[in-house]
Amino acid sequence: MLEVKDLHVTVEGSEILKGLNLTIGAGEVHALMGPNGAGKSTLSAVIAGKDGYEVTSGSITFEGQDVLEMEIEERAQAGLLLGFQYPVEIPGVKNIYLLKAALNAQRAARGEEEIPAPEFMKLVKEKVGFMKMDASFLQRAVNEGFSGGEKKRNEILQMLVLQPKLAMLDEIDSGLDIDAMKVVADGVNSLRGEDKGILLVTHYQRLLDYIVPDHVHVLVDGRIVKSGDADLARELESRGYDWVVEDSAA
Amino acid sequence: MSDEQRFLDRLAERNAQRGDEPTWIAARRQAGAARFEALGFPHRRIEEWKYTDVRDIARSDFALATDAEFSPATAAALTLPLDAYRLTFVDGVFAPALSDLGALPEGVQVLPLSRALEENHEAVGGPLGRLTGVDFSSFAALNTAFMEEGAVVRLAPRTVVDKPIVLQFLSRAGEQEVMSHPRILVEAGGRSEATLIEHHVGEDGAANFTNLVEEIILERGAILTHYKLQEAPLKDRHIASIHIEQARDSRYVSFNLNLGGGLVRNDLVSDLNGEGAEAIYNGLFYGQGRQHVDNHTLVNHNALRTFSRENYKGILDDRAHGVFNGKVIVKRDSQQIEAEQSNANLLLSDRAEIDTKPELEIYADDVKCAHGATTGQLDEEAVYALRTRGIDEQTARGLLTLAFAGEVMELVDLDAVSERVELAVAGKLPERFNLAGLVETASAFNEG
Repeated sequence: MLEVKDLHVTVEGSEILKGLNLTIGAGEVHALMGPNGAGKSTLSAVIAGKDGYEVTSGSITFEGQDVLEMEIEERAQAGLLLGFQYPVEIPGVKNIYLLKAALNAQRAARGEEEIPAPEFMKLVKEKVGFMKMDASFLQRAVNEGFSGGEKKRNEILQMLVLQPKLAMLDEIDSGLDIDAMKVVADGVNSLRGEDKGILLVTHYQRLLDYIVPDHVHVLVDGRIVKSGDADLARELESRGYDWVVEDSAA
Repeated sequence: MSDEQRFLDRLAERNAQRGDEPTWIAARRQAGAARFEALGFPHRRIEEWKYTDVRDIARSDFALATDAEFSPATAAALTLPLDAYRLTFVDGVFAPALSDLGALPEGVQVLPLSRALEENHEAVGGPLGRLTGVDFSSFAALNTAFMEEGAVVRLAPRTVVDKPIVLQFLSRAGEQEVMSHPRILVEAGGRSEATLIEHHVGEDGAANFTNLVEEIILERGAILTHYKLQEAPLKDRHIASIHIEQARDSRYVSFNLNLGGGLVRNDLVSDLNGEGAEAIYNGLFYGQGRQHVDNHTLVNHNALRTFSRENYKGILDDRAHGVFNGKVIVKRDSQQIEAEQSNANLLLSDRAEIDTKPELEIYADDVKCAHGATTGQLDEEAVYALRTRGIDEQTARGLLTLAFAGEVMELVDLDAVSERVELAVAGKLPERFNLAGLVETASAFNEG
């Protein structure tokens, strides 16, 4: 469903991604790992459409559409959703409102009617329960005053309500204690499905004990230098990144 | 001929048409005219008018309206959809056909000023002009010289009014620009309670001048919530001088919501004269195009243990210009005072301008006062975050703009009012921002 071909991206004049290739098929969970500064977060930010990233060559297609030609909101409406490493606080905008406006935007893009209020509340109630969150969260402003763990749960809650075709989760495990990690992992696992893809961007293998990926890629200096299955992640955990870096340089 | 003389000539014309009036009215008229002539229109070398240029008013030749004809369909569209007691004025002239006083409850009087004067002019003459005298400003003096219509609201002690009282001022589009000088007098007896909504609105293309003076007297323990929803046509000029006198334990809550008008100036003055009196000033101004909106507020803490809290939010787009000047004066021996004031502004364009100045003058030592002012732009990170959830950019900006006003707007519990504000500030959002229904459902499942 997602195809990234020979992607070169510069940020403020310096090249961060240097010819990245990645294909994610329906039903697959991919983990993108790598040392700090390798460009992991850059990839998901470019796919989501963040300002400040210049694509100098290469392409990104999602279900045959040229992602780079789409507006930020069109990407989300098409089912490409990014979970942030550092979710933004949005004072004054209630979670419940964000969820409803986002869901209805997605439905409108598909030519569907707005979701009826009772149906929406039922859906949200179920998902909030699944994420072991208190319903009072819904009345609070988005991420305002939330702890790190609460923010991450909130990102997953948005995913559960919006049901993206491809969920990209950027360092979703950072700042989570083990209980929160399990809840987040359960949430992510429930997003898996035959017609859905997941891209996990992570530095640590720990998360992958709970969300077992089909494919693991190691990103070093702007390129994927090694790909494998879940065993590769375990190997990275025990041996660190240096050997991959050295192998790739050789 | 000077600008002032042109207005005085209009006054002489009008006076010649008037029948006999009680001598006190004629005397005040004269005093007003004399004071106006002496002061002249304010100019920008006067500190209080430094940022507000009124030449557009001074140089115009305004007539006085003589009838209150107004298309009922247009009026219906402009009127707030609220179950309320309602007085309507068209260019300052009372419009009985557009008013609805139903059966006013016992102890409540809501009258056009002209009728209140006919019924008992002495009862009006006592309080009128006591708070806002001709010395307050040249506009107050001008109003006094021209005063003939407006509203008188009287609440007997312990009366709780079941519905809001709406004073609606409609501005007409026409070839001749007109001026009106409404005079509002509110006397709330001890422990009475009411909601007063003053609504200024009109036909597109209207370019009139409203010069309002409003005096509000709250007796011991009275509670008044006062909405001033000013969404006058964009070429209208609007000057309002509002003065509130508060006795012991009274509470005045103001929502000063300014969305319309080309040139707008509000002066809001509270005298907290009795222990326990509290004034809460909520303000929101939204300017676009070349709108100019100036809010001057003054709270006089004249007694010990009096409280004031002020929160004004300004949103300015295009080349709009906003002014906020909030002054708090704590008199000597007024101890155990609490006064808070804040003004936050959001500039949506590089060419928009805000001049904000909080002022504290404290002559007592046991006081808790705080004030602050901030100015900023929309958080682009937040715009991006909303868009990554599929919300289009315009809606995202609207949501965030309205969220900025949220602290003030979430206190508004009249949907008819908040919907007007929402529409003006954020454009048409996909659904009600407050989501009253959703909030209820959500809290229901919180409990269950």
